[in-house]
Order: sequence, then C-alpha cells, then structure tokens
Amino acid sequence: MIVETSQRTTSPELVQNIVSPLLKQPVPPMQPAMGFFTDTSICIGCKACEVACKQWNELPANEAHWSGTSYDNTRQLSATTWRHVQFIEQIGRERPQISTLPFFNNDRWLMHSDVCKHCANAPCQEACPTGAIIRTEFDTVYVQQDICNGCGYCVVACPFGVIARDEHASHTARKCTLCYDRMKDGIEPACAKACPTDSIQYGEVEQLKALARERVGLLHERGVSEARLYGVDDNMLDGGLNSFFLLLDEPAVYNLPQNPSRPSNNVVPASLWSIVTALVLSLLGIFFFSNNK
Amino acid sequence: MQKEQISLSQTIISQMMQIGSSVQPFSKESREKTSRIHNAKVVHSVCPYCAVGCSLDVYVKDGRVIDIEGNADSPINRGTLCPKGSATFQYTVNPSRLTQVLYRAPYSDHWEVKSLDWAVEQIAQRVKKTRDETFVQSLPDGREVNHTLGIATLGGATLDIEENYVIKKLFSGGLGVVSIENQARI
Amino acid sequence: MGSNMAEAHPVAFANVVKAKERGAKVIHVDPHYSRTSALANLHIPIRAGSDIVFLGAIIRYLLENNAYFHDYVLHYTNAATLIREDYRDSEDLDGLFSGFDPETGVYSDQSSWDYQRDANGQPLTDPSMQHPRCVLQILRRHFARYTPEMVEHVCGVPHEQWAQVMDTLIENSGRERTTALCYAVGWTQQSKGVQIIRAGTIVQLLLGNIGRPGGGIMALRGHASIQGSTDVPTLYDLLSGYMPQPSAQLPQQTLAQYIATAGQKTGWWSHLPVYIRSLLKAWYGKAADEQDGNCSYRWLPKITGDHSHLVTSYAMLDGKVRGYFLFGQNPAAGSSSARMQRKALEQLDWLVVRDLYEVESAAFWYKGPHGDAVDPSKIKTEVFLLPAAASTEKEGSFTNTQRVIQWRDKAVDPPADARSDLWFVYHLGKRLKELYATSRKRQDQALLALTWDYQREEPETNSYILDEPDALLVLKEINGYYVHPSAHTIGRRPTYTLRDAPHIAGFAALKADGSTACGSWIYSGVYPEPGNNRAASRIAAGYPPLQWGYAWPANRRILYNRASADPQGRPWSDRKKYIWWDEQQKQWTGYDVPDFPLSKAPDYIPPPGATGMDAISGNSPFIMQPDGKGWLFAPKGLKDGPLPTHYEAVESPVHNAMYHQQSNPTAKYFKDRPDNRLVTVADANYPIVITTYRLTEHHVSGAMTRWLPWLNALQPTLFAELSPELATERKIKHGDWIVISTPRGEIEARAMVTRRVRPLRINEHVVHQIGLPFHWGFQGKATGSITNDLAHTVLEPNVSIQEAKAFMCNVRSGRLA
Repeated sequence: MIVETSQRTTSPELVQNIVSPLLKQPVPPMQPAMGFFTDTSICIGCKACEVACKQWNELPANEAHWSGTSYDNTRQLSATTWRHVQFIEQIGRERPQISTLPFFNNDRWLMHSDVCKHCANAPCQEACPTGAIIRTEFDTVYVQQDICNGCGYCVVACPFGVIARDEHASHTARKCTLCYDRMKDGIEPACAKACPTDSIQYGEVEQLKALARERVGLLHERGVSEARLYGVDDNMLDGGLNSFFLLLDEPAVYNLPQNPSRPSNNVVPASLWSIVTALVLSLLGIFFFSNNK
Repeated sequence: MQKEQISLSQTIISQMMQIGSSVQPFSKESREKTSRIHNAKVVHSVCPYCAVGCSLDVYVKDGRVIDIEGNADSPINRGTLCPKGSATFQYTVNPSRLTQVLYRAPYSDHWEVKSLDWAVEQIAQRVKKTRDETFVQSLPDGREVNHTLGIATLGGATLDIEENYVIKKLFSGGLGVVSIENQARI
Repeated sequence: MGSNMAEAHPVAFANVVKAKERGAKVIHVDPHYSRTSALANLHIPIRAGSDIVFLGAIIRYLLENNAYFHDYVLHYTNAATLIREDYRDSEDLDGLFSGFDPETGVYSDQSSWDYQRDANGQPLTDPSMQHPRCVLQILRRHFARYTPEMVEHVCGVPHEQWAQVMDTLIENSGRERTTALCYAVGWTQQSKGVQIIRAGTIVQLLLGNIGRPGGGIMALRGHASIQGSTDVPTLYDLLSGYMPQPSAQLPQQTLAQYIATAGQKTGWWSHLPVYIRSLLKAWYGKAADEQDGNCSYRWLPKITGDHSHLVTSYAMLDGKVRGYFLFGQNPAAGSSSARMQRKALEQLDWLVVRDLYEVESAAFWYKGPHGDAVDPSKIKTEVFLLPAAASTEKEGSFTNTQRVIQWRDKAVDPPADARSDLWFVYHLGKRLKELYATSRKRQDQALLALTWDYQREEPETNSYILDEPDALLVLKEINGYYVHPSAHTIGRRPTYTLRDAPHIAGFAALKADGSTACGSWIYSGVYPEPGNNRAASRIAAGYPPLQWGYAWPANRRILYNRASADPQGRPWSDRKKYIWWDEQQKQWTGYDVPDFPLSKAPDYIPPPGATGMDAISGNSPFIMQPDGKGWLFAPKGLKDGPLPTHYEAVESPVHNAMYHQQSNPTAKYFKDRPDNRLVTVADANYPIVITTYRLTEHHVSGAMTRWLPWLNALQPTLFAELSPELATERKIKHGDWIVISTPRGEIEARAMVTRRVRPLRINEHVVHQIGLPFHWGFQGKATGSITNDLAHTVLEPNVSIQEAKAFMCNVRSGRLA
C-alpha cells in the first residue's frame, strides 16, 4: 500500500510535499450513486438553498448588487455560489378557457434552484489535467482542492457554466460538492435539507429518477402539460445527469442548453496531459534523489 | 537508502501513470473527509425570526458555534429552514455585533465605551429620577392611578417569554410604567 | 388573504404546498402578486383596503343561497339569538350603528347592540332563525348590498374570479371537508383591521370551519415570540393571560370593581378572580396576602386612555416621555411615520437601546436617511446602547404562531459585555430596589414588595457570566406555584418561596384565596413539576404531536375543538374526526386535549339562572364567550360596531360606494399633527395606491438581517414594484431610480417594472397600485430608504394599529437631491 510506503519512507520532506498530493489513496468502497432531483414545480423561491449552502460550505457572500432581474440578485453560479435560484416572470399568458381551478394559476413566476449537474460523464472531469476532479464513491463529481492547480480547463469544458475558478481566495476550480463531507457522514446535503418544500430532493439517483418520472406524469395528469424532465435520460452527455430537474418550460427559458455538448473533443485528451505531467514530475524526482545521494 | 529511494520513485511513477486513467486518484484529503459537525455537541434551539417556530440544532465545538441547521425531528419544520433561518449562524457569529456598552452623552458627537456595571447603575438612577418626578398617585378628581407616563418601553416580540414577564412585572407592577408596548401593536 | 405566506412564513407555507399536492385548493387574494401567488391555484389581485366588500359578498351569497352549514350555525353560533329592538344597523344609518356620538367620535352607548334577554339575563333565541331581530336575519339585511357587482366596482375583482372563490369555499367546507383562512398584517395594518378579521370569522363560522381540523383562522404572526409577548404581555392594555390592565376610565378602583367590570358571570371568564389573585400573589408575594387582595391590586398602574406605541410616540414628541427603553425594537425605521419617530427620540432625556447591532434607533442622533444632516450638538438625548445576547446565547422560551411554547437551551456565552435581556431587567430591578430600599413613600411600596429573586443556585457551568438569572425559575413563576399548602394556612407557616414551592399542575388548580401564585394562567401546566419543563419536550410522535413543546391552554392544539363534533357529540364525519363524546366513559375524548369540560354531556342544559361554566350548555363549544356561542354578531367588546362594514382606507382613491361614511368613524386620525397630513379622497397629487410587504430574504425593519452579508446579497436594497402601464405613464424605465412621495415624506427606490403588478378598473377608472418592501434603513451593511417614512399614523380603534397596507402616494423618475 502506497500510504504505508510513504509513511515509512525517510525521504526528504520536500519530496513529500511535492508528491504527496499526487499519491493515490485507496478508493473508498463504492456506494450507490447519489444525486439531486430539483423539482421546480414546488419551488417557492425562498433561496434557503443558497444560504444553507453558503453557511455549510463557509462560502463568502456575493457582492450586494441589485440586478433588477426579477428577484434574482445572485445572477449565476460561481466559484463561491453553488446554488442559484432563478426567477422567470410569465405574467399575462393566454388564458385557457377552463372552469375548474388550474393546478397552477395562469400567471406564472417560475423559480428554479440551479446547481451542478454532476454529469454521469462529466466534461469537466475529462478536461481536468491534474486528476483533481474525481468521481467519488457516490458517483458525484468532486474537485479535490488539494490537487487542483487552477488551470481552468474544466471551466471552459462545462457546458452549463457551473464550474469556476475562485479568483479571490483559493485560485482553484470550485463548485457544488454535493456536500461530499456530509455524505461521508451519511448526512443530507445542506441545500436539500433546508429546502422547505422538498423542491430539492437528495437520494439514490435511480430512485430519484423513478420519482421524477412519476412526478412529471402526475403533473401531466393535472393539466400541467409544460412539465418536463431535464437530464434524466441517458442520452444527455452520454449518460445523463446525476443532478437533474423538472422544468415547467423549455430548458432555454431557464438558461439551460437544450443539447449540452462536450467541448473536450477539441481539447488534447486529459489523460495524455496527465501522463506527461506525471512523467516530468517523476523524472524530476529521480533527478533530485540522485543528486541527494 | 538509495534502494529505498529508487523503489519509492518507481512506486510514485507507477502511481502517477494511473492519474487520468479510470482508476480514481483520491487525494488524502478526499479520503479522510468528514463533516465538521462530527462529534460536535448539539444544542436545541428555535429560530429567532418569524413566528413559525422552526427548531434549530446548534452545533458547538470547543465552546464555539460551528453550524446551525434545522432540527429534522421537528413536526414544525422537519429540518427545513428559510433563508433567514439558514443564516442564523451569521446572525449570531458576526463581526458587526456590538460587544461593549456604548454611551452617548447629551449633545455629544461621539460614542464612549463604558463598563456594563456603570451603565446599569446609571440607568437605574435615571429611572428613579424620572419616575420620582413624574409619578402620579391620583388624578385631580381623586381617581387613583399610581402610574408614571414619563417612562416607556418598547419591545418583547423578539425576546423570550421569561424576559417579557420580568419586563412587565418590573416596569408595570414595580414602577408603575404604563406605556409598555411591543411589536404586536405593529 | 392579507398574508404573503410564502415569503413571510416560508416554512409554514411548505405545508400549504404539501396540502395542495394532496388535493387542497389554494387561493391567494392580495393586491400584489408574490411568491405566494405563484404557488396558488388562483391569485386574485384586489384593491388594497377593500377586503370587507369581498368577504361581505361571500357572506351574502352563503345566506341568500342557504349554502351555510345549517346545524353548525344553528347550534354553535349566535345566529338564532335576538338582538334588541333599538339596535340600528349601518344599513339604516348610512354607515354608522346606533349609539354613535359624533361629538367624541366614539360609540358611547353600545347597549342597543346587546341581546334580548329574559329575567335571568339569558339571551332569547329563535331556533327557526326567522325572527326579524335574530342575528341571521340582521346579517342577511346587513350584507344585502354586498353583491358580486359591488365586488367588481369596489375591489376591482371580476365576477367570474370572485365566483370561483365562492364555489371553491363551498365545495371544501361542510361535514367532510374544511377550509382554513390565513391572514397576517395585510389585514391588521388597516384602519378597520379587526373588522376584516371579524368578516373572515363570520365566513368561517357560516361554513362551519372553526374548531375543526384543517379549518380555523390562522393569524400568521411575524416574530419568534410575538405570540408570547401578547400572552405574557409587554402591552399597555393587558395583564397576563388576556386580563385587561386596570383602567381609571372604568369603575376599577378596587379589585371587586375590577372583577365586576372585567369578568363575566357566565362562561370561562367567570374564573377571572382566580387568575387576577394568583397574578397579584406572583408579583407581590406576602404583601398580597390581605384578605381581599385589594391593597396589592391598587398598586397596579391604571391606564387613563390609549397609551399604545404610536400614541406614546406623539407624547414623546411633545416632551411628555422622558425615558425610553428599546428591547430589540427599532422604531426609527420599523414604525409608522418613522420620521416622526426619530424626531420623538430627540425629545427624550435618556434612551436605552438593547440590540445586537447599532440599529437606526441608536444612531438617530448623528445620522439620517439619504445622508440627511443631523446635528448632534442640538440633540440632548442621552443614549445607552447595550449589547444583547442572541437567541443561541441564553435559555428561555418562544411561543410560536400556533401557541406552541418551545424552550431553547443555551449553546454558548454571549460575546464580551453582551447579556440576555433577562440579565438586564433582573439586575436593573435589583439596583432599583436598592435605590428605593429606605423609602417609606406609599408610591414606592409596590416596587419594594415585588418578588424578585431569580438568582441561580449556582452559576452556569462553563460560563464566564456568574450572575445570569435562572430563566427556569421565571418559567416556574409563570406556570404557577403553591404559596400555602391550603387556604386554611394563609398567614401561617409554612409558606413557600418560589424556589421551594410545589408547582401548580395546571390552571384548574389555581385559587382565588391567595394560596396560589401564577404569572400567566394560560401558561399554567407548562412546567407542572420539577424536572418536567414541557416546553422543552421534543417528542414528535402523534397526531397532533402533543409532546412537541406545549400549547397553551392545557396543551390544546386546536381551540374550541368541541366544535369538531356535532351537537350530540359525534364527529361530523369520519374524515374530520377529532374530538368526540365517549358515551361509555361519559367524557370527551379524541386526538387532542378536549377544549370543553371533560364530563359535561352534549345534552346538558343549564338550569335557569346558572352562573359560571354551569351556564354553558353541552353544545356550546365557544366557552370563552359568556353564551358559549361563536359570535356572528358581536353584542359587545368592539369599538367600531357589532358587524363588519366597508369603509374605505383613510387615504383612498375613491369615495365609499357603500355609505356616505367614508372611512372608519372611530379610528384615531391625529389630524392636528403637522407631520401627519393625510391625502383627501381622489387627490390628484397622490393618485396611486401603495401597499407594503415583506420579502423572504429580510426580517421587518432589517435590524436582524441587514448586517448579514449572505442575506444582503439576496436582496440588497429597496425597490418599488409597479406595472408597465404606470411606468409608461410616468416615463419610468425598469431599474431607474424613482422618488415615492406622500405628504409625510419622500423616499427613493429602484423601479421594478413588472406585470406582477397590474392596474385595476375601479368604477370605470383605472387605479394604479404600487408595492414596496420595508426592510431598509441607513444603518447596516445594505442600506436603503425607510418605507415607513411614507406611512401615516391613523390607528384602528380597537387595537391602535397603524394603516400601513393601504395609503396613497405619487411616483416620479429620479432621485432625492
């Protein structure tokens, strides 16, 4: 075991410092894939998810700036904003002539808590040259802060504009961790726990997907014909999203790409980069050791 | 020594070759991650904002509040909170909070820092002086009132029941202050 | 109605969303399309201030179509009771009721509103409900002109929308189903707020929705313990448990007179002597041992009029109030006529502010909104600003909007010199007692007699505060304790002190003979024995969860729940089963604690001349009322009439379409105040209706949120919501700065042009409404204009609450200079 080797070794600390972040740790035992189902049909736009996320992950507040974009002053996901509630006003739509009460009143104010999609095949991970971005034992996409060197390849790779580099503090790439630390202790992610209406649900991806399909069926029965799922099918990004959504309109209305693409085709495969980096580093190591005899 | 180093180098290389492959390169930090409320003391509390009465779990470690979340057992909020409730941590642990007594003398243009003891004594003396000067036992027509209109209090809706109780008891029952009011009037 | 529940009470609203998922229909009637409206099945924009017409039309429809819940109405309300022949309705007197004195502007003679009574004082009834003087028939006549057409004219609500509400209400009420009505300050902050609630009550009584699961009228209260601070009141006109503060304007000079005027001969309030004596014992200890309790009663200060917050503010402005304590409250930004409030603070000799942050009310002497020049050298007020402990830094209890008392444990010490308010009041009291210790003056004896020992046996562990008082001891006093083992030992040993006394198990054990002490009778039972603080109980199981906290009174979760059973004591339906009469056990039973004498059979009929609870029949669920009935018609107790009547808001764009009486005749107008100029009807200078509301992201005047960067980022500053139509008319673009003006002042805000606000057609005219939140001020980390600078001070007559939900303004593009 590498951990033991590295612990036994008497090599100079400097080497340790250089290589230890790159040393591979044993993979924790795999768990069922976990994710979010964000059901916008019951979102009340309270933004508890945004604050609970900031609180748990100890993220700094955004600048207080009035945007005028309905009640959305957060504007976008960022390196320090991992949940973001959008507000879309659809008032004065054509009124369907029905005598019974509709399930939603005809004037709509769509609210949607956006978050990292934790793609089953994540372009950010593919683009990451350092191995900082991993799939955890919960099959979530996680940026290891002790590895990330802030190169930013993942930022351009993400088709959703989720991941970003923290330009003020860590200078690393950051995004929703699905509260990896809480998951490790069997605790629900902060946003899902705080959400008053359970618009954000956390659980095993397969179960959540079944739930989502059931839910959209129910809404169709209730006459909410615009309801649709986003990211549940495997065909999105070759495997679907582990954090997916129920929307009440076209994805574009929510600033979500209809067909997210994988920009990594144009990038040198990340694995090659890794091999080159590793080779260079290890050669340096050998050089260092031999000089140190 | 050298042998060991070479063996280490080889191992490192072999490990690094795997970075980017399908095997997961978990870092030490990732491997050892746990939530910070692990082994923290949990204190039962209630949200200080609106009147829904959401239960809070306050997590304490080393005498400091490290996290505040909804109490999942509560039939009132089932662990959930609104954004204000979710921000209770920042409401209590906040560098803008007052921590010392500030005093502003008449016509002064600045605050002065004072001791708590001094402040309570000064306030008690002000209360006595104003009360003594404004207390009315009876109206001119003889009706007994035993009150003072020279002192008033406002507040209580954000305070504890026990605090409300002693405010009314001291100011009304003890001092004869009539205008004791709170947010319920607003 | 009158509530923006999703934004002001988001976690409670989650239950509404869940109910909707299970088939409930959610209707939101509100001037302003909010996050609540977005989740509702139906949102109905209504002109602010026109609620009684909307509700009145529902009442009329129910009566005209016999769509009310007949058995419930006949047995449980006063629908069948006859009203005196000399009563004159507002329909007869053009908006006034009999007994009005135009000189003083009050109903000086309310006797005509009373019931017709027999020789024993028992009300006369007509069970056929056909008698022209019976309440049902009076109601029918009173609301005859509240038609759907009138709703269109006055509220701006199209007939079809109103009809949809009507149909939904009827479909969802009755034996099998119930409807809940939620309101908040959208109703109370109107010059006829109490009567709007009364109108809602009439609707709910007619539909049989009170005292039943899923029914009721929910007053959604706005602060962690605003319910608690009303029950254990910091209010001028109340003693604890809703006993009135003695008044010099009533014959209440002695305890006997107080009981005669404040109590009732029949119904639960016949116990008033027990509760007032126990309160006096709790406050004055041994000094209240005198035979009749009168000496200590006389110590209680008597009110001589309206001493409510805003009235007191004017007294302060006039220099009549010299010292002022603010306990976590911020009138300089949070109260109506905030500009006047700041001026009033300048007239004080001294001011004590206790808060977590330096709020506007502490900073008024050097700072104002929009950089207004404030010259400290002209302001005499001496200010003591004391840091307060946060809710996590002290133990104590909050009472939530459902009357559930929940105890909080202390997590950590407050920082440095910050202390709990309990600490402050306790130590202030101790010092005052020392300062007065040698006084022999009669006026000082109450203070010296006051029981005041809440010191801990031992300091808290791990705390640096060694003199924090014991909140649990205070709770014990509120709960009540035995002073003497029995009435026979009064004046003899042993007597107990608060510390060693046995606890009172519940208010039924309280006595009028001075042998028990109780700080608030309705809370009695919360701490029934040592080691059993039921407010701290956290067992979630059960329906309802009776072991989660403690709901006053007697841990009842639904008040008047006898009404969940039919007159014979059987559940109205299996679906809505809650409390019922167990014929075998000969007692009331069910899921909740029955709100009725346990062994009083449903067929009990009081003998003639019965008093107290004996006068309440077995099918009269409303035991706090002297007749045990739900009052469709209020024969006494209200200052502005026995029935809700539509008056326009004090400032309104239109003349009252119902009566010549324009606005509430008994409201307090403060017309002589130069800072309280009011807009006259249809004044072209102020043609726009303005309403105010909360946002989810902040709390009232922002004193608890504007210092929190996470929340400030979500809603950084004040904005005004207006329709595209109004924006076009006034050449305002979305995002522009605009100035909003009223005769009281001008403020600035960002323009949020949105279709969520829409113009209404009122009487063939277009009426524009705008909406503003009110969370900002000049202190804190996110600042903005103070919306309350715009509001006027006109007070509702019964409860003296200001009208902040419907007044008039004007808007223009631009900023304040």
